[in-house]
Amino acid sequence: MKVTDKDVAYVAELANLDLTDEERSGMLRDLNSILDYVDRLNQLDTSDVPPMAQVSDRYGVDQAKQGSERFAYASREDIVEGLRKSLPHEEALANAPDADEEFFRVPKVIER
Amino acid sequence: MDLTSLTIGAARSAVQERKTTALELAEAYYAHIQKEDGQIGAFLTLSKERALEQADRMDCMAAEGKVLPPLGGVPVAIKDVMSTRGVRTTAGSRILEKYIPPYDCTAVARLEAAGAVVLGKLNCDEFAMGSSNENSGYHPVRNPRDLTRVPGGSSGGAAAAVAADMAVVTLGSDTGGSIRQPASFCGVVGVLPTYGRVSRYGLIAFASSLDHIGPLSKTVKDAATVLRTIAGRDPMDSTSADVPVPDYVAELDRPVRGLKLGVAKEYFGDGLDDEVRQSVEAAIDKLKGLGCEIVPVSLPHTPYAIPTYYVIATAEASANLARFDGVRYGHRARGVKTLSEMYRRSRDEGFGAEVKRRIMLGTYALSAGYYDAYYLKAQKVRTLLTRDFDEAFRKVDAIVTPTSPTAAFRLGEKSNDPLAMYLADIYTVTADLAGIPGISVPCGETREKLPIGLQILGKHFDEATILRVAHAYEQAA
Repeated sequence: MKVTDKDVAYVAELANLDLTDEERSGMLRDLNSILDYVDRLNQLDTSDVPPMAQVSDRYGVDQAKQGSERFAYASREDIVEGLRKSLPHEEALANAPDADEEFFRVPKVIER
Repeated sequence: MDLTSLTIGAARSAVQERKTTALELAEAYYAHIQKEDGQIGAFLTLSKERALEQADRMDCMAAEGKVLPPLGGVPVAIKDVMSTRGVRTTAGSRILEKYIPPYDCTAVARLEAAGAVVLGKLNCDEFAMGSSNENSGYHPVRNPRDLTRVPGGSSGGAAAAVAADMAVVTLGSDTGGSIRQPASFCGVVGVLPTYGRVSRYGLIAFASSLDHIGPLSKTVKDAATVLRTIAGRDPMDSTSADVPVPDYVAELDRPVRGLKLGVAKEYFGDGLDDEVRQSVEAAIDKLKGLGCEIVPVSLPHTPYAIPTYYVIATAEASANLARFDGVRYGHRARGVKTLSEMYRRSRDEGFGAEVKRRIMLGTYALSAGYYDAYYLKAQKVRTLLTRDFDEAFRKVDAIVTPTSPTAAFRLGEKSNDPLAMYLADIYTVTADLAGIPGISVPCGETREKLPIGLQILGKHFDEATILRVAHAYEQAA
């Protein structure tokens, strides 16, 4: 077993999840089973292979250009009201579970 | 009005020529949804007010003798991962049960600008995570061909709605096969466009380097019409490509004679159902009969695609879903005392089991000490998988494979075994990882009358060729 109870607790904390005891034991079983399967990636020697984070810089761009210049078409002027007007305050707050007229409201952040 | 045979062309002409009105057409679809969807479960929300306003606009245009736009009056429906201004958008999750987006997804806005009438929002696996639609936070979708079976996923509602005549066409999203696999299970056409071809602005993100929006339809021509409408650079999505969009419909009738189609043995190995194999092989023979040249190709890293995909997709998902914190939108737990407790309990209560599993897996793969072993390793294997396709496409114009190793399975059959469920995507995840386009087109049925899908994969930004091959096959079949 790769993943232990302690790992599950640690990762749940990183992910901002509480998880019930039942969920934790299910997670332990499932993560181990999936990661066992993922281990087959180690059959491949990738020491000379560059990682690929996304496909966009390989296809559909001008290969003669370098780095971010390939994506010059995607840049825009840095202005406040540019492509789209900002949402009106009221609309931006409309989906909030708790808000006053100005701000999102949340429970106390700092404990004393 | 017989809804069963309605295509985009037929629906638009009927409205244009005043044989019916867009209002009548929309009402007929709503009546059909009312009658059928109780047992299928494809819709989560109906957008009747918005639909009827748009229908009225189209009717006014037709009455004034104006030429309707390409989808004028055509009833469509949208997978519930695409934002619709003023119409509830849940992503199939309880955490967004009451979310009303303040803006429209570009793909939806483009469909409406082309005259489409948006009937409502379609059920899917929660945050598009699943292969059977059983992970919906609301209710499962049943396959219209056999109600004991799943419609596939995650765009299960989008495939079932087309198959059951509850919309002429629908929009789905595909991150690992979520358009093509349900299209295959429900006996409809589904298209995964090239990465960057269709703007994702307004799509609720699952895995940003893999997410795509695309059409599901009864015919290849309808899919081509929708793709033409939604494709192309969008300044609101910096990942949308600056590549001209061809007239896919005009290209459909060009002959396929002489095209080279690759067949890779890696897509016909263990785990492929015999009946699926026979149907796909028969389809390949038919394409040969149409003058295509069949060429063996090798995609040697295919067996590594599923583990690569599940590391990368979950890693990206764990980051994307961090935004659901109960502050700006979405569910917030009651009776919490601190901010941190609010985050954790809101997410615990709002997310379903599969979403939590993937967030945990992705967080683990990105965590200190495991990043190199999992995430970086998967990114390197992604390079190898992409090179496989680069190599193959030097020899062939397209590659033909089964869409899924089996026909639709039964509800509950795989829901307790996440790994078995992930393997349902074995032939579809490769295209998402490489960013190439793909289409699933129906190619027969099993003895139990369950649909089988033929997948055709193409070169980057060459949807025209795979649509043309699929159209030729569809016309000949």
